[in-house]
Amino acid sequence: MRMFRIIGKSIKDAFKSVFRNFSLSMASISCTAVTLILVAIALLITYNVRSITQDIEDVLTIVVFVDTKATAGDVENLKNDINFLSNVDGKKTIYNTQEEIVDSLKKDESMKEILEILNDAPIQSTFVISVKDVKKLTDTAKEIEKMDFVNYVKYGENLVNKIVSMFDVVKNACIVAVVALILVTAFLISNTIKITIFSRRQEINIMRLVGTSNIVIKMPFLIEGFVLGVIGSLVPVLLTIYGYTFLFDFVGGKLFTDLIVLVKPNEIIYLTSLVIVIVGGIVGMFGSTRAVRKYLKV
Amino acid sequence: MEFIEFKNIFKVYKNGVSALADVNLTIARGEFVFIIGQSGSGKSTLTKLLYREEKPTKGTVNVGGINVGKLKNGNVYKLRRKIGVVFQDFKLLPKLNVYENIAYPLESYGMKSSEIRVKVLKALERVGLKDKIRSYPNQLSGGEQQRVCIARAIVNEPKLIICDEPTGDLDPKMSKEIMKVIENINKELGSTIIMATHDKEIVNRMKKRVICLHNGVVVSDKKKGSYTQNENV
Ligand SMILES: Nc1ncnc2c1ncn2[C@@H]1O[C@H](COP(=O)(O)OP(=O)(O)OP(=O)(O)O)[C@@H](O)[C@H]1O
Ligand SMILES: [Mg+2]
Repeated sequence: MRMFRIIGKSIKDAFKSVFRNFSLSMASISCTAVTLILVAIALLITYNVRSITQDIEDVLTIVVFVDTKATAGDVENLKNDINFLSNVDGKKTIYNTQEEIVDSLKKDESMKEILEILNDAPIQSTFVISVKDVKKLTDTAKEIEKMDFVNYVKYGENLVNKIVSMFDVVKNACIVAVVALILVTAFLISNTIKITIFSRRQEINIMRLVGTSNIVIKMPFLIEGFVLGVIGSLVPVLLTIYGYTFLFDFVGGKLFTDLIVLVKPNEIIYLTSLVIVIVGGIVGMFGSTRAVRKYLKV
Repeated sequence: MEFIEFKNIFKVYKNGVSALADVNLTIARGEFVFIIGQSGSGKSTLTKLLYREEKPTKGTVNVGGINVGKLKNGNVYKLRRKIGVVFQDFKLLPKLNVYENIAYPLESYGMKSSEIRVKVLKALERVGLKDKIRSYPNQLSGGEQQRVCIARAIVNEPKLIICDEPTGDLDPKMSKEIMKVIENINKELGSTIIMATHDKEIVNRMKKRVICLHNGVVVSDKKKGSYTQNENV
């Protein structure tokens, strides 16, 4: 009960203070909003880059054509050798025998004729291999090419490789930017509250002298920081929800080619918004603790 | 151990001013003590050591078994809740009205508002300020602010009340009434009263223990003292 009363009063005080120092609060709310918008953009880019990279990685496989002279034992050995490579995701390695390939081709009416024409042309068994790290795709393919009973290998274009590496750089840059922006937000809120506190240091001193505990004195400022952070996150949240949906529809859900598909709004806007609100609130509280500490020593 | 003990107290402020030098005093539970001395003799400094607004440079201060100088910042509030202080400069919260100012400490301790109401009204009645209950500090005269400060100090009926010039801004009639209030609390609740004052008349009339400071040194300590005998110090 006692705690509820104290917290209730703190919330009231915090809102009073936000409105009393309206211009200052607005300044810090707008700064917070701007940084949180950038955080939101960085988050959305990170999500998208991760998903696009994933998509590309999934379609990037190495196809190994096995020599027709290979016996069942040779194929088994080859499979083990391939799966032994550190970059090969062994669980995803698929072996298609000559017969399986012919069968699957036969299912297709239009292919039947072609098959008849080809009749005696050798159809080779294949391994379809997924790799763990797409950047090392070429190296892995070359290693496999050297193995016995491998006729030749086919693998993704070099260009795709480059795009994936570039996306990696973008993703890492975004993560660094998000962390930096969060620190900037904390600093801004901390400074705003420092100013409210500075103008109230006399009051804080009196409160201390009449026996108010530090936590009770701190509470309104903590809540003020929280309120500032959460209010500051409102515009970024709206921009995330409506802005991203608009952009997604505008570009038709993909960038440049069908290969680069953007994440659907429903899958990320709410999570991103939640992250933004939480970041705003926590960072606001963190900023205010920093600001109050100095004045609680009398 | 006595209720209050000052042992070999020295206080030198940051700017180098020596406010107290080798003060040794004990004060018993329920005692009523005046501290007198010229302006700048160290009266306020001595009282500030009791609720740790200042820490001694050397020596120890004990209040009710607590070594005040050693108290951690985060725990000081526990000591202050047991002490009512009438500050020389009032220290009222400017944004709160009279009622809220007196209620503030109790509220911050988490007391129920119905309980607070009874206590605040009783304290207001004692200092005769019931008609100013909704006024803000800047709408009050010096004497009225002083009475609010006194009401706040006594509202929780503490076992130790420290008054720094509690009658400095009051006219003789009001001084007398306020002294009666404080004396009643001393008698009814057995609270210990420590009062720094320049008011000769009060000191002489009350016939209580009188401690006289001069340049930070205790120069006399009389059981039933008066101002006159120390006047020329
Ligand atoms: N915070 C401070 N910083 C530096 N010096 C101080 C401080 N407070 C008091 N002093 C000095 O310490 C000495 C004692 O001051 P104190 O306030 O204790 O005197 P006092 O007896 O209460 O005087 P008064 O009767 O005028 O209230 C004075 O010389 C004063 O200038
Ligand atoms: Mg003084």
